[in-house]
Amino acid sequence: MNHQFELPSNYKKWTWGLIGAGAIALLYGIIMFHPFAAPAAHGHGGAHEAADTGTRFWAVLLQNSVFWLLVVNAAMFFICVTTMAMGAWQVALRRVPEAISSVVPILGIVTFLVLMGIVLFGRTDIFHWLDADAVKHDKILNGKSGFLNPTFFTIWSAISIFMWWFLGKKMRTLSLESDKNGQMDYATGKKWIFKNTVWASLYCVFFGLSVASTIPWLWLMSIDAHWFSTMYSWYTFASSFVSGMSLIAIFIVYLKNKGQLEFVTEEHLHDVGKFMFAFSVFWTYLWFSQYMLIWYSNQPEETKYFIERIGTAQKSGPYHALFFVNLAMNFLCPLLILMKRGAKRNWTLLTIMAVLIIVGHWIDFYQMVMPGTVKSHPSFGIFEIGMPMLFIGLIMLGVGKYLTKNSLLMKNHPFLKESIIHHT
Amino acid sequence: MAGGIKKFVVGSFDDEAVLFPAVKNVRKAGYKIHDVYTPFPIHGLDHAMGLRETSLHTAGFIFAATGTTTALSCISWIFTKDWPLNIGGKPNFALPAWIPITFELTVLFSAVGMVLTFCYLCQLSPFIKKHHFHARATDDLFVMAIECTDKTNDAELQSFLEKAGAKEVNVQVAETGWWIGRYDKEQKLYREEKGY
Repeated sequence: MNHQFELPSNYKKWTWGLIGAGAIALLYGIIMFHPFAAPAAHGHGGAHEAADTGTRFWAVLLQNSVFWLLVVNAAMFFICVTTMAMGAWQVALRRVPEAISSVVPILGIVTFLVLMGIVLFGRTDIFHWLDADAVKHDKILNGKSGFLNPTFFTIWSAISIFMWWFLGKKMRTLSLESDKNGQMDYATGKKWIFKNTVWASLYCVFFGLSVASTIPWLWLMSIDAHWFSTMYSWYTFASSFVSGMSLIAIFIVYLKNKGQLEFVTEEHLHDVGKFMFAFSVFWTYLWFSQYMLIWYSNQPEETKYFIERIGTAQKSGPYHALFFVNLAMNFLCPLLILMKRGAKRNWTLLTIMAVLIIVGHWIDFYQMVMPGTVKSHPSFGIFEIGMPMLFIGLIMLGVGKYLTKNSLLMKNHPFLKESIIHHT
Repeated sequence: MAGGIKKFVVGSFDDEAVLFPAVKNVRKAGYKIHDVYTPFPIHGLDHAMGLRETSLHTAGFIFAATGTTTALSCISWIFTKDWPLNIGGKPNFALPAWIPITFELTVLFSAVGMVLTFCYLCQLSPFIKKHHFHARATDDLFVMAIECTDKTNDAELQSFLEKAGAKEVNVQVAETGWWIGRYDKEQKLYREEKGY
């Protein structure tokens, strides 16, 4: 069988359709929301005051760029973790997460531009710590200023995005190079696997330093600059990883429907489904740990975060419903529906669940970003719908390019046979 | 002591690569496999033998749901009806604080319940004994026991198993159920076996 995939015209149509629709929405946002004007003074926006539309513009862009970048980056994390664990089952489908991770440079540049836009235009309504005057007079912000300052923010963001691209590129190059030569003998195979392990472990170490700790602190948690949570980064990581697995599942099912990936069976899908199930539960574990500790200790500076979202016993906040819908979509549905073995082996059901999980975690990121930025004036319109379309379009573009340029099978991987006969 | 006494033709294999096609051929020939005893779990053997899916996980779910209900109903009754306490000004019905205990009890119930169910399904228990078709099934032999009916031709079946690669073939009349007894008191050692 020929493992070369050709993009159907439908795929291209959808890709450009989504990018076009997203670009129109972006243009609409630039024209309507005055994103480059100076933001309204921070902290004075009471409930009676209408929200600054520029805030909405930057908040939506921040939410979408960070979310989709972390999702595609999670695909490379999946490859590296399974490589380090000497997992053979993923070999038959490995080109799919590779293709997804090849979008990291595109989305990385977009995200960096958005972050730099926020810093350069001095959007203190997004990141309060950008306000030099406030930092001087605010004890908490002042205490954090060694970490939360524009210089460190810019440098560390740039390094992180570069390293994700660089280390991921290394893994992809190793994989593509193996296609050129014939079957590896024992010694070359062993050496090649070792090389893979070394680069995968470097990626994982850096992933721990960035995605699993500092990056969510800088990009998302610093919106609520006075607040902090030790669970936050892991919670964000769990969100992005479970969405990344769902995205991998969607592309596997798509390619399988097109008659590709001949060695990927429901055994492989079952394992991907297990990841989706397990990390949904893991996400809930972190969600709950963060919630319960703050609920229990009841410190005003900590509960502020949840009051902005759920509201108080007297008056429920504007994000009240969304907050609990989020929990139902990302915990109850995966738990109850994906628990059965048959569900994880059912192509249709797993696709539906994958879409549900991605939408659920997109909503999760929405409720992470919005309450601290647009406060009690959440809006949901053309712009909020258009931005994910733009990013999905970009992901489809990059993935399509990688999948058509390269063979869908790592035909010389030493573990290929083990993957073909994989059995759960 | 359900089961009753039946007649078996027993073939012992020393290689799982030989065992798999043998299982397939025996089933294709229409013989009824009573069970296959192996020293370690073999992936895919249950499929080859045509066993139905185990219902252990359904039992696990039921035990877990029982645990959740027990925890929630017990804690909520104690803290709201039986002995309400003001803890840090929290409401008496303080659901977030109960989640960890509920989770623990769910896990405890399902774990203990599934172990006991597993033992029951395998008829494992202290003071309970079952017939062993070959003592080396716990050591290095894969033992296939085929149940004989009125129509089974023993001699034919024995040569069939030998051809399929069995190292040792014999006919045994054995109790299929369990009875009261102890292995450590009545067990023969390997080195007393013939051919050791």
